[in-house]
Parts: sequence; structure tokens; C-alpha cells
Amino acid sequence: MPEKLLSMSKAIQRFVSDGASVALGCALEPLIPFAAGHELIRQRRRDLTLIGPISDILFDQLIGAGCVSRIIAAWVGNVSAGLGHCYRRVAEQRVPHTIVIEDHSNSSVSLALLAAALGVPYIPMVSLLGSDIARDHPTLRLAPSPLDGAPHLLVPALQPDVAILHVQRADAEGRAHIWGGLGISEEAALAARGVIYTAEEIVPSEVILSDPNRVLAPALKTLAVVHAPGGAHPSPVQGHYNRDHAYFAEYHQRTRSAEDFEQWLSEQVLEVADRAAYLKRLGAERWKALAAKERRLAAPVDYGY
Amino acid sequence: MPEYTPQELMVVCAAREIRAGEVVFVGMRLPLLAFALAKRTHAPDAVGLFENGLVRDTPSAELLFTMGDAPNIQGAEWATRTSALMGLLAQGCADLGFVGGAEVDRYGNLNTSYIGERAHPQVKLPGSGGGADIASLAGRLAIVMAHERKRFPERVSYITSPGYGDGGDWRARVGLPRGGPAAVITTLAVLGFTKDTHEMELRSWHPGSSPDEVGANTGWDLRVAPDARETPAPTADELRVIRECDPQGFWTR
Repeated sequence: MPEKLLSMSKAIQRFVSDGASVALGCALEPLIPFAAGHELIRQRRRDLTLIGPISDILFDQLIGAGCVSRIIAAWVGNVSAGLGHCYRRVAEQRVPHTIVIEDHSNSSVSLALLAAALGVPYIPMVSLLGSDIARDHPTLRLAPSPLDGAPHLLVPALQPDVAILHVQRADAEGRAHIWGGLGISEEAALAARGVIYTAEEIVPSEVILSDPNRVLAPALKTLAVVHAPGGAHPSPVQGHYNRDHAYFAEYHQRTRSAEDFEQWLSEQVLEVADRAAYLKRLGAERWKALAAKERRLAAPVDYGY
Repeated sequence: MPEYTPQELMVVCAAREIRAGEVVFVGMRLPLLAFALAKRTHAPDAVGLFENGLVRDTPSAELLFTMGDAPNIQGAEWATRTSALMGLLAQGCADLGFVGGAEVDRYGNLNTSYIGERAHPQVKLPGSGGGADIASLAGRLAIVMAHERKRFPERVSYITSPGYGDGGDWRARVGLPRGGPAAVITTLAVLGFTKDTHEMELRSWHPGSSPDEVGANTGWDLRVAPDARETPAPTADELRVIRECDPQGFWTR
């Protein structure tokens, strides 16, 4: 297998171009690839389409930084602290510019990706019938079932150019182990043209191959693997660190105006070289307090024959 | 009588909507605590479904700020994909689901998307998340929100999560297979819906409030159920459990 290990800056430079559609934050609140998102901002990517289920402040940051021209998502905000101020500014005042919002629910966005993952044009759904999400949506279509004429919404396949997924561990060849609630990670990885994994740990391939059921998607989909310890902070990574609830509250307080957001962005993203520098800035004490306090190992499974 | 906050009473009212042994699609924020309370009091056998891909039959060991927090994953009886949970919901496996709302109307339709015109919103709200799916497909829906006149318009300007549409058999007509709002738990009251027309009605007003105050904070002429009464206050036991679960009062102060 070809080696796919790259630095964060090279992976983003090589595989995410201006105008790309990018699935991010696919496990909902955990495993959000903030380190990768911040690199997109530092490299000044423009006209991105962001695809996700709910986004806990990462989409808000990318929108505020001017990287985004389209949002395809079920929810954009700050899960424990409230609304996303940048999302509000872009929709209400077109600051920093106009974007297009395609509203989904978690079911419809997961089925759109699943359809692409399965290689079928659409998947029928009964959720959202009668809602204005369905009425106003540019691609969802109301149609009678060919079997019994009952109304259905057809959810067309959605293929991201790239899915960026943070995982617990990966090997240099592009195979990743992930655990916890997966959200729409599997659908996104299989639907996307390619996947960038950012991983807490890079491990020998034997570790990954010892448990193929825990591999998210085949390595043939993988574009790059990036070693990014702490790369999901302030979101949690099971077995590594807990959610930094205070950070989400601070973000809410510090981004109320466009000027305040600019200052936050300079301090937390633009003036920070990489994730190592970000964690240094966060402070050893705060980082240590978030660390998993105990190990809770699963029983090994036996693949012998 | 023990002192308690409005949020503590809302958590108690939400927990009381969970019946023994039910399968509950939990949702986010206050219902996370309501599920923990129900599990530790009257509904120890209730099962929680979480749209990030978790199923739990035990309450988490620590307070949850989000459903994806590490304590909710440790000890889960299943960790999987969102679409598997949404599939269970679509099949009809969830007896009850919770959602929050920014606006709710006379027939229980919820708006969590756009206040004002969609093209030029006064306020852009975060959107559906899984809320619209839960409202579409859970057996019963419980809505948890603040009670203010502006949040209770006669008709929401945008239906994120379908309630009873314009009343009557609207849900069946649009093709929704079941469900609809059963309770709206607010800072002032608990409201239900009439049997056939599916119009919201006052079921109980919270201690310290009154039918008049609830009516004055509602944007249409609110019906009052014939057996409406005061909401039973939280018991000492319910308050003890809430405060054990949330000692800092993150959700309840």
C-alpha cells in the first residue's frame, strides 16, 4: 500500500481546493476536526460547500472566516451555549458575504450521503412530510411511492468532494479505527470522492488489521492521513480527552460582534502556526484537566480460525 | 415546600412525560437531564435513543452537556450510526421524543429555523438537527421551551418540525404515519392538545403562575382543558436527583 501520511498543511493544500464540497463534523458533537478546519482558514480557502449533520461551532468559524459559500446541514450553532453568531450574521446581514443555506434534518442529510454511498440516485423517506424544510428544499422531491402511491420525499444522493474525519487511530496506509457514536461518519466516508483522516495516533498497520470490524471505510477511499494529536479540541475524543465545555461558552461570549470574532480568529487561528502551537497556547494545565481520567478497555475479540 | 428553579420544574415535567418502560428519543439540552431523572425515579426501565448513534438503558454516570459527551458513550448498549437510530425512529420504535423550539403555534408546529422571512430573516436559528425527524416520526412528541407571547404566535412563519399542521387529520393527509405533539412544557405551564381538532390547550399552570398569565403570554385565545389544574410541584426526591446529576446547576440555574 502507498504511504498516505502527510502534514496537515500539505493534506489540506493538496486535497481541498477552493470551491470544494467538504463533509466535516460527521460524528456530531465528538471528533470534530477543528485542527483541519483551522488549517482551511489559515490557507484562506474560499467558496467551500460545507456538508454535515449538526455543527458545533466549526461551521460557524469557517463561515465567519469567509471560507464558505454554501451550507448543506441540519443545524449550525453552539450545542451547549446557543446560537452561532457568525451563522446569524451571514444569514441576517450577509456578513462577511452572501451564502446559500440548504436546510436538512439529520435524517435527510444522512440519507443523502447514504444514497451516494450505495451508488443509488435517491432514497425515499417519510420524515419531514408537511414541513417547510421539504417545501423549500432545492433537491428533496415529493413523490408518490410506485408501490402504493403513498407520499414520500425522495432524498437525492449527495457526494462530497472530500470528507475530513477525526479518528482515534490510523495507519500510514490510510486505514482508520473510530469508536463511539459514529453519526454520519461512515456514510460520509463512503459517499465522498476521498477522505482525509486526522488521527490522535498513528499506529502500525498490525494494530488496525487486528480488528477490521472497527475500520470505518476501505483505504481505497483515503487521500491522506494526518497525525493530529488534540486535533478535535474543544470537542471530545473517547479514550483521549473530554469536551472542553468552557471553550464553547467562551466562544459564544467572544464572537458576539464581527469585530470581536475577528479578534478571536486572529488569536485562536490565524496567529497560531499549527495544532501543537494551539495546544501550547491553551495551556498545559487546562489540557491536562481534559484528559481521560481512566482507561476503560473493551474485551479483545478473537479473529482466529 | 422546597424551593426550586423554573428549569428544575421543566425538567421534572419533562421526566414525568416518560412512562415506565418507554423507548425515548432524547434530543438535546434539558431532556438529557429529564431522561436521567426519569431513569432514576419512576421509569428505571426506559431506554434512551440518541441521534448521534447511541442507545442506553442506564443513565450516564455524569451530567451531559451534549449527547456525544464521553460519559454517554461509556456504558452505552449500542454505539452506531445516526441512520440506524433514524431507522428505528422511522419504524415506530420510539414511544416518545423530545424537541426544543424557538416558536410553537396553535397546532404545535415548531419553528427552529427562521424568524421573519426566509430570504431576509430577522433571526437565523440553528435549524432542525434531528428535531424535525423526531416530530415527524415519534409516537408522541414533548416540546420543551420558554413561554413568551412572541414565541407562541397563532401560526409559525416556518414549519421546521411538523405538529398538527392546520389541525384535524392534517398529519395523515400529508403522509406522516403517526405521532404529533402530546405536551408542551414551558416556563409557565404544561399544555396538551385536544383530541380531534388537535388544538393546543392548557393542561396545568405552574405554581406561582395562573391561567390568565399563561393566556396573556400566548398569541391566540388559548383553550383551557376542563380538568386543568396547578402543576404538581417537584417532590423532594425529584429535586435531590436533579441536583445530584447537575450539582453546578448548568441546565437548571
